[in-house]
Amino acid sequence: MTVPDVLVIGAGPAGLAAARAARRRGASVTLLDSSDELGGQYWRHLPPQRPSEREAVLHHGWSAFTALREWLERSAGVTIIRQAYVWAIETREGRPGAVFVVVGEVDGEDRPQLVFEPGALILATGAYDRTLPFPGWDLPGVFTAGAAQALAKGERVAIGRRVVVAGAGPFLLPVAASLAATGSTVLGVYEANRTASLIAGWLPRPWQLLRAARKGGELAGYVRGHLRHRIPYRVGKAVIRADGTDRVETVTIASVDAAWSPLAGTEQTIAVDAVCVGHGFTPRLELAIAAGCALSDDDFVWVDERQQTSIPLVFAAGEVTGIGGVDLALAEGEIAGHLAAGGSIQDAALAPALAHRRTYRSFASRIENAHGVAGGWSEWLTPDTVVCRCEEVTYGVLCDAASATGGASLRSLKLSSRAGLGICQGRVCGRTIEDLIAKRAPGLAGGPGHSDAPVSSAADRVRTDRRPIAVPIRLGELAAEPTPLSSPSLSDRLRERHP
Amino acid sequence: MKVIVIGGGIIGAATARSLARRGIATTVLERGRNVGGTSSAGEGNLLLSDKGPGDELRLTQYSSTLWPRVDAELADELGPGFPSVEFERKGGVVVATTAEGAQPLLDFAAAQRSAGVIAHAVQPNDARCLEPHLNPDITAAVHYPEDAQVQPVIMTEALIASAMLSGAQFSENEAVLAGIRNPQGALVGVTTTKRALYADAVIVASGPWSGEVAALLGVNLPVRPRRGMVLVTSRMPHRILHKVYDADYVGAVGSGEAALQTSSVVETTAAGTVLIGSSRQQVGFDSRLDVAVLRELAQKALRLFPFLAGIPVMRSYGGFRPFMPDHLPVIGPDPRLPGLWHATGHEGAGIGLSVATGALLADLLTGVAPAIDVLPFSPSRASLAPHLEQLVA
Repeated sequence: MTVPDVLVIGAGPAGLAAARAARRRGASVTLLDSSDELGGQYWRHLPPQRPSEREAVLHHGWSAFTALREWLERSAGVTIIRQAYVWAIETREGRPGAVFVVVGEVDGEDRPQLVFEPGALILATGAYDRTLPFPGWDLPGVFTAGAAQALAKGERVAIGRRVVVAGAGPFLLPVAASLAATGSTVLGVYEANRTASLIAGWLPRPWQLLRAARKGGELAGYVRGHLRHRIPYRVGKAVIRADGTDRVETVTIASVDAAWSPLAGTEQTIAVDAVCVGHGFTPRLELAIAAGCALSDDDFVWVDERQQTSIPLVFAAGEVTGIGGVDLALAEGEIAGHLAAGGSIQDAALAPALAHRRTYRSFASRIENAHGVAGGWSEWLTPDTVVCRCEEVTYGVLCDAASATGGASLRSLKLSSRAGLGICQGRVCGRTIEDLIAKRAPGLAGGPGHSDAPVSSAADRVRTDRRPIAVPIRLGELAAEPTPLSSPSLSDRLRERHP
Repeated sequence: MKVIVIGGGIIGAATARSLARRGIATTVLERGRNVGGTSSAGEGNLLLSDKGPGDELRLTQYSSTLWPRVDAELADELGPGFPSVEFERKGGVVVATTAEGAQPLLDFAAAQRSAGVIAHAVQPNDARCLEPHLNPDITAAVHYPEDAQVQPVIMTEALIASAMLSGAQFSENEAVLAGIRNPQGALVGVTTTKRALYADAVIVASGPWSGEVAALLGVNLPVRPRRGMVLVTSRMPHRILHKVYDADYVGAVGSGEAALQTSSVVETTAAGTVLIGSSRQQVGFDSRLDVAVLRELAQKALRLFPFLAGIPVMRSYGGFRPFMPDHLPVIGPDPRLPGLWHATGHEGAGIGLSVATGALLADLLTGVAPAIDVLPFSPSRASLAPHLEQLVA
């Protein structure tokens, strides 16, 4: 059997592991990533021109990353293309479709355009970080957890001196640790979920947590880092507003109940010069949807035990298949790469990765249960809270459009309010808008015998994540014919960009 | 009188509004969500410029006289809290981009003028006064001040809201399963996923899915989906002032070709995005992205407005137009099945023709003489006969 050419999209932990495993199986591998450096969001680091001794301190598994990177960079048969933006994938019956790529900085001139027709495709596109809106969240000094982490890890920039970290999920811990490591005083980490739900998620099978922790698990490292910096960790509390004239000066923190509804009378105001908020992640689904992959009931890319999607020879690994952290992503990537290159799940070499996947997957589902987003958050919105930042649509405008038009579908409401229609195309606000519409659904959908299903049905949700043009592309580029992959000038042009 | 309308798109909404305002008890059944199909997948064109003399032009001219009135009525009924329907008589500019394309465009405009369309031939240089960023290399241009635009989704929502104020009922997530016949064989109602519903008339307004719906009720109707794609740029200050399109659009609209056809239609929306349409392709209900289609659209748009080369395309969307083999909508009673009516087959002109369609059906159902001759749109017209005879169930 011939080994197919493998195209890997995304060079975070899952994509790197997939590329290595596929190459080890003998496949010719092309690895695409939109950033300047390998590592993805997770191993985001300083550029090689500004090396740092401290990467290992800031990054869990840094040595695993450098080993992967070096292995891939020196392997013949692995082509790495950085600043590669996949803007479209065509759907083909029973196999991967053509993958359309533009290479170069977003505002760059004369960007080469490439088209791949891979034998096997691995989607390791990761996740967007999710931030719920609150009054004042659009003030300067309010950062998403992902942005704060990127500034700390990629730029070594502290977002402020007195910082509050809030939201939900274990990701708040490494963010707080990174902020502390770059010189911020972290006044506290505020987790909206309460002890009961955290215990319920964490404790039913504590031996699983132990086993993960003993293997040097990601989360165990954060907990240690957290203790080292003596950062207070409070549960059942949320930032419900931020105030300031030119930038954030204070945040208001309130206790919330199990459904995340703020409890009146519990508000306290804290002086800060920055606040960092994150509420977990949403998978980057647009390329998987474009490739024709089916989604799971909880809106991740569905994969079988071989990490293969519903489309033969299209595989997916990492956060796009379920939020599970770096260790799970590495295991899934290795399995996907091995099988994409024609390997079998029975191969002895794959046994450790399969065992890791089992361990970390059950762990991940428990974390998700403990830290999931509950619906009461919309109660802290005010009519003038911006819910879609690109188009500056407020919660009041969204509600007015919904009432005026009798509720309507997500699609209709987006067009009548313009929420989600801006340059981010709902990457930032899509789930927020969906949740707000679904919450208003019972009264809106109305009518006798009306189904109780939320307005944002599975079909509607797929529509929000459906972005046939996955990243903006200039009209002139779209009009131009792609550069043939065999073109002799192409490798020169790519090399010029990355000597 | 009771009427059932099947389909919660703009044709169903406009029809329900017209009927309800005449006191007819109207129920609109929508199998999914209102405004979920073709009505939310277009550009909101109210175009006279792309229609040559004939029946469709007469229907369009009638609709064009209704639009300002409907717009004013909706604003009055729904108040300032309702999102704007963005009705704007911005005018169209049609250009030829080749030497051989110039004379046919000017001839076409002359024929339209004889049919009452305002169509000013302008010198290529003067066209740049109308559209300062237009490619200077065009060979001919015609200005159509009557062409207009609406935001089609909000317009449909507005028609629904207005119809409801007049008493029409809209039921979403309710699919029609079959027709109910009386002993004489006439259609007297429908069974749905929720109930049996009786009416004096059942109107199929299901766009490209009208053929499926008609088949459920017992007759065949040769409506086929014709796919279209539109590109949307990021927002920018308005630099394109009219609906601007290449004269070969007219040929594509009128053509029955199944193969891909593209012709550039470029315009700015009220929000500041630029819409670039449009392709025509008969591929069934296949909604998969085809980059070659997008590339052709982009190439043709740049022929009109070179400055667009540096503008980012943010998204694309597409949908299915209800295509009729004889290029005319079907509006009126079906002679094969008493009780069955049609309001479909508007191809790419359904937004513009919706209010006329509703008004004509209301006239016919209430026994009022229609404002224009409806026989050319009747399901019993001669041009449709060959397609119906072989298709009667």
